[in-house]
Amino acid sequence: MSNKVLMKGNEAIGEAAIIAGCTHYFAYPITPQNEIPAYMARRLPEIGGTFLQAESELAAINMVFGASAAGTRVMTSSSSPGVSLKQEGISYLAGAQLPAVVVNMMRGGPGLGNIAGSQGDYWQATRGGGNGDYRTIVLGPANVQELADLTVKAFDLADRYRMVVMILGDGFLGQMSEALELPRPSGEHFEKPWALTGAAGRKHNVIASLRLTPEGELERHNLKLMEIYRQVEEHERMWEADRCDDADFVLVAYGTSSRISRAAVNILRKKGIKAGLFRPISLYPFPYGELKEAARGAKQVLAVEMSAGQMQEDVRLSVEGAVPVDGYFRLGGAIPETDEIVRKVESYGK
Amino acid sequence: MESKGAGYEVIYKRPEAMTDAKTIYCPGCGHGIIHKLLAESIDELGVREETILIAPVGCSVLAYNYIDVDGCEAAHGRAPAVATGIKRVHPDKMVISYQGDGDLLAIGTAETIHAANRGENITVIFVNNAIYGMTGGQMAPTTMVGQVTKTTPFGRDANDVGFPIRACEMINTLECPVFIERVSVFDVKQIVKAKKAIKKALTNQKEGKGYSFVEVLSMCPTNWGVKPQVAADWVRDVMVPYYPLGNFRDR
Repeated sequence: MSNKVLMKGNEAIGEAAIIAGCTHYFAYPITPQNEIPAYMARRLPEIGGTFLQAESELAAINMVFGASAAGTRVMTSSSSPGVSLKQEGISYLAGAQLPAVVVNMMRGGPGLGNIAGSQGDYWQATRGGGNGDYRTIVLGPANVQELADLTVKAFDLADRYRMVVMILGDGFLGQMSEALELPRPSGEHFEKPWALTGAAGRKHNVIASLRLTPEGELERHNLKLMEIYRQVEEHERMWEADRCDDADFVLVAYGTSSRISRAAVNILRKKGIKAGLFRPISLYPFPYGELKEAARGAKQVLAVEMSAGQMQEDVRLSVEGAVPVDGYFRLGGAIPETDEIVRKVESYGK
Repeated sequence: MESKGAGYEVIYKRPEAMTDAKTIYCPGCGHGIIHKLLAESIDELGVREETILIAPVGCSVLAYNYIDVDGCEAAHGRAPAVATGIKRVHPDKMVISYQGDGDLLAIGTAETIHAANRGENITVIFVNNAIYGMTGGQMAPTTMVGQVTKTTPFGRDANDVGFPIRACEMINTLECPVFIERVSVFDVKQIVKAKKAIKKALTNQKEGKGYSFVEVLSMCPTNWGVKPQVAADWVRDVMVPYYPLGNFRDR
C-alpha cells in the first residue's frame, strides 16, 4: 500500500527529520521557512523529543552544538539572514567535528532582502561562511520528495563524517505542496564514543575546536579534516544527467531553477534543438568530473541560477575550458522564465 | 579521610575531580581557587561521573584540562546556549557553565538572560574580575568607573561607556531562577562562603530545582598591574562596595 501524502516542502523536512531519528530541534523564526519550527513544535513532543525556540539564531546553533556534543541527532533551520548568524556556530561545529543538520531555505539578499525564494547563498553554503578551513556537505533538493529523502540522508552523512550537512533549498521549494512518499530511515547505527555523557567508567571526553598545544596540533587537526573532506568528495557526489548524451546545449541548474530548466529542455527538444539538463544534487561535493563528462561534445554549457552566477564558477571549474560556459541569472527573488531560457539557448544558434 | 603512613593523616588534598595538570593561571588569579571549590563540591556531591562542564572563551577556556569531568567548549558568550542543548539531551546530568565577565555580560548577554529566564536546570558560575584577562586587559562590562584598562587608558568614563553591570541584580528581575548569590575569594572567610554557594548551586541542580547563578568577585593581578595581595584588597575595597556580596534569592 502506498503511503503517499500531500505535504508542504517545509513540513516534509520536519517529518523526514523525525523519521531519521532527530530528537532535538532548536531554531529562531524567519520567513520563508516558518512551517518547519511550527511542525517541529507540534510533532517533537509527540515522540518525546525536544523543540525549543531559541532567543536568536546564534543561540539556536549553539544549542545544536550542545545537543550534538551530548550525542543526539539534532537539526536547526533558517533562511538566509538567519543562516548568516549561524555561521559562527557552524565553524565551531566543524572545528569540534560535531554532526548536525542545518536547513537553509534561501531568500533574496543581501541583507534583509526579501522573502521570495533565491539561490544567493550558494557561495556561503559551499565555501563556508564561517572562519577557518572547513567544509559542510551541501545538498540541493529540487522537489518535496527530495526535501524529505535528502533530509533523512543528511543525518546519516552528518554522523558518518562527523560534520555539518546543509539542506540548501529555497523559499519556493519550502512553500510548495507535492505528493510525497514518506521516506524510511536507513537503519544505520553510528556509535558515538566521543559524546558527552558524564565520564562514568572512562577517561573524560572533551569536545573542543581549540587546539593550542602541542605545537602543530591545529595543523594536524586541519589536515585530518582535509582527509575527511577528500573522502566526502570521493564517495558522496550526487547528480542527475538528463538527455545530456547527445546534447549540443547542456543546461546546469539545481533546486528550483533546475525544474524550470527541465521545462525549457522539453520545449527545446520539441523544437529539434538538442538540449540536456545536468543537475548537481550535492553542491559540495560538486560533481565536477560528472559534469565535465556530461558536457563533452556540447557546443555550449549554460548555468541557470537564481543568483548572479555563483554556481557558474563550479561549472567553469568542471568543464575546465573544454566547452564555452555562459549563464542565465535572475536575482533578488525573481524566477527565470522557461521562455527566457529557451530564447537564450536559441540565440547561440544565430 | 584516608590514612597514609604511620602517624600521618591526610586532612587536605587535591580534589578527586581535579586532574594533576599544572594550571596556566597567573599568580594571584582567582580561577585556581574557584576551580578547586568547584571540584571539591563535585567530589562531595559524588557527581564527577555525571558532570559536564562548559568552558567558554576567556582565561577559563582550558578548564576541562584541570577539572576531571566531561568538558565542552563554547563559542564566546554562547555557553548558556550550549548548556541548554546538553541539558535538554541529558536532563539527569550535572551541567555547569563557567564564564567570565566578557563572556557572560557583553557578547553573551542575550544567552545569559534567556537561559536564566527559561529556568534551565543548570548551574552558572560567573567569575567577575572587572577586566578582560586573556586578551590582555581591556575594559569589561564590569570594569569599575575610573578603572584604567588597555581600552580605558584614562579610566572608565560612565558618560561615555556607561556604568558597570550588576549581573545578580539583573538576573534577580527574572521569575525562574531559584538561586542567585554573589560571593568572593579575596580572603579565606570569603572563600569558605563561596564554596558553600557553589555547592548549593550544584545541589539545586541535582535536586532538579532549576537555574542557579553564583557570581564570584575575583582577582586579576596581572592585568590590574598590582601585586596579588593588593589585588585581593582591591576586590574588598573597590569592587565589593559596588557589587554587594550576599544571597539575592534562595527558593
